[in-house]
Amino acid sequence: MDFITGLTIFVLAVFVGFEIITKIPPTLHTPLMSGSNAISGIAVVGAVLAAGAEKTTFAAVLGMLALVLAMVNVVGGFLVTDRMLHMFRRKDGQ
Amino acid sequence: MNTPEIWINLAYLVAGVLFIFGLKGLTHPKTARRGNLLGATGMLVAVVATLCHTQVLSYTLIIVGMVIGAGVGAFLARWVQMTAMPQMVALFNGLGGAASALVAGAELLRDSMAPEGSAVQSLTVADLAPKSIAIGVSGLIGALTLTGSFIAFSKLQEIWFKKPFKLKFHYVINLGLTLVVILLGIALAMNPLGGVGNLCFWGIIIAAGALGVLLVAPIGGADMPVVIALLNSYSGLAAAATGFVLQNSVLIISGSLVGASGVILTTIMCKAMNRSLFNVLFGVMAADGEGPSDDIYEGKVKWTSPEEVGILFESAQRVVIVPGYGLAVAQAQHAVRELAQELKRRGAEVEYGIHPVAGRMPGHMNVLLAEADVEYDKLKDLDEINPTFPETDVVLVIGANDVVNPLARTDPQSPIAGMPILDVDKARTVVVIKRSLSPGYAGIANPLFAMDNTLMLKSDGKVAMVDILAAVRDV
Repeated sequence: MDFITGLTIFVLAVFVGFEIITKIPPTLHTPLMSGSNAISGIAVVGAVLAAGAEKTTFAAVLGMLALVLAMVNVVGGFLVTDRMLHMFRRKDGQ
Repeated sequence: MNTPEIWINLAYLVAGVLFIFGLKGLTHPKTARRGNLLGATGMLVAVVATLCHTQVLSYTLIIVGMVIGAGVGAFLARWVQMTAMPQMVALFNGLGGAASALVAGAELLRDSMAPEGSAVQSLTVADLAPKSIAIGVSGLIGALTLTGSFIAFSKLQEIWFKKPFKLKFHYVINLGLTLVVILLGIALAMNPLGGVGNLCFWGIIIAAGALGVLLVAPIGGADMPVVIALLNSYSGLAAAATGFVLQNSVLIISGSLVGASGVILTTIMCKAMNRSLFNVLFGVMAADGEGPSDDIYEGKVKWTSPEEVGILFESAQRVVIVPGYGLAVAQAQHAVRELAQELKRRGAEVEYGIHPVAGRMPGHMNVLLAEADVEYDKLKDLDEINPTFPETDVVLVIGANDVVNPLARTDPQSPIAGMPILDVDKARTVVVIKRSLSPGYAGIANPLFAMDNTLMLKSDGKVAMVDILAAVRDV
C-alpha cells in the first residue's frame, strides 16, 4: 500500500465518520467518546506485530509496552461503554 | 501480496466495516449497546487476523502484554464510578495515544536494526520520507495526547493543576517547543535509518510531551468538555498516523473515524459556549469583558426554604430540572430522580433540560442521570426544552450557573454574550439551589438570582433534594 492509497482511505473514512457522527444525539455523547476511544486503541494491531518479533529485541519490548497500553484502552474502553449503555433505557417502553 | 496477507487484509476490511456499523449503532439509545458490541467484535477480528501474520513469530511477549493490558482495562472499567467517567475517558485516551507513538517508535527501531542488504536498508532517504514523516507525526500526536490527557485526568481527579496554571512566557515556550518538534522531524526524515533518527524520534516524544502538559495546564475546569473531545480526536489521529507508518489500512480507517468524531464533538462544545477553539486553547476569556458586579443582588435576592419549595411543587403541573456540574460534585443524581418520581406520582410532568456543556465532558449529565434510572427520553437538549419554559411552573436549577445566565441574551458586552443558554428565567418560578452567590466559571454575576420569579435555596445539592422530597411528602 503506497502513501497515496493510504491518504485516499484516510480522507474517505473521515467523510464517513463525519456523516455518521453528526447523527449521534447529545444523550449518547459520552458513550460515543469512550466507544470511539476504544476503537482508537486499534494501535493494538501494530503492537502485536512489533511484539511478535522472533527475537526479544528492544523494539519487541517497546511493542509489548505498546500492547499493554493499547489493551487497557481497548478492553477498558469497550467495557466501560457497555456499562454506561446498559443504564440507558426507557422505562415506559420496556 | 502473498496469500495469508490477502486474507489478513480482508479481515481488516471486515473490522473497518464493523467499526462503521458500530458507530452507526450509537445514533440511537436502543441500538447503542449492540453498536458497541459490533465495534468490539471488529477489534477482535483485527487482532486475531494480525496474530496470523507471518511477521509474528513469537507469542511470549504478546501473551504477557495482552493479559496485563486486558486485566488492568477490565478492572478499571468495572470499578470506576460513573461520576469519575470524564477522567476515565481522559486516561484511556492518553494510553491509546501513547500506544500509537510506541508502535511507531518500535517500527523505526526495527528498520534501523534490519540487517545489511535487507529490503528496508536498500531504500533511499527519499523513498522512506513518507514513512519517516508519519513516524514523526505519530510520535508528536501520541506523546501530546498522553501528557495532555494525564493533565486533564489530574485536573478532573483534582490531584494537580486544579486551578489553571500558566508559566511566564507560556505561549512563547509552546511556540519554541513546536519549533523544536518540527526541526527534529526534519532531522528524522533526513536520517531515517540511523541512531540519529532514533534519537530525534525520542526527542520529539519529550518535546511533544512537554507541549501536551503546557497546552492543557492553563485550561479551566468548565472548558474540559472541549479539551477531552479534542484529545479524543488526537488519539484517533495518532492511530491514523501509525497506520501510515505500518501502511496498515485498518489503523488508518479507525484512526480517521475517531479523529472525525472528536472534531465534531469539539465543534459542538465550542458552539455551545459560543467560543472559538483558539479562544478555549489560549484562554482569552472574560479578561477583557466586564459583567455586572455582585451589587445587582443587593436586597433583591429572595431566599427560600425546602418547606416553601415543597408547597410550590404541590400545585406545579410541569417541572423542569436543570442540572450542572454541581450535581455531579454533590452526587445528587439518585436524590433528584427520587424527587422527580414523587412529583410524577402526584401528577406533574417532569423533564430535564441538559445544556451541551453542563458537566466536564460531552454528555456527562446524561450518563449521570441514566445511572440513576432516569429515562433517556426525559432528557431534553436546548432546542427541545427552551420553547417549553413559558409553560413551565417550576424550574429547579441544581449546580448550574453560567448556562442559565440571561446576560448571554441581553448584554452584548458580557463575556458570555451569544452563548446559547437555557431560558429558565421565562418559567413561572425558578428555584436555584446553590451553596453561595459566588459567580460561575465565567466569573460574572448572574442576574437570574435577583429576578422576581427566582427563589434561592442555600444548600448542598443532595441535601436540598432530600429536604425538598421530605417537604413534598409532608404537604
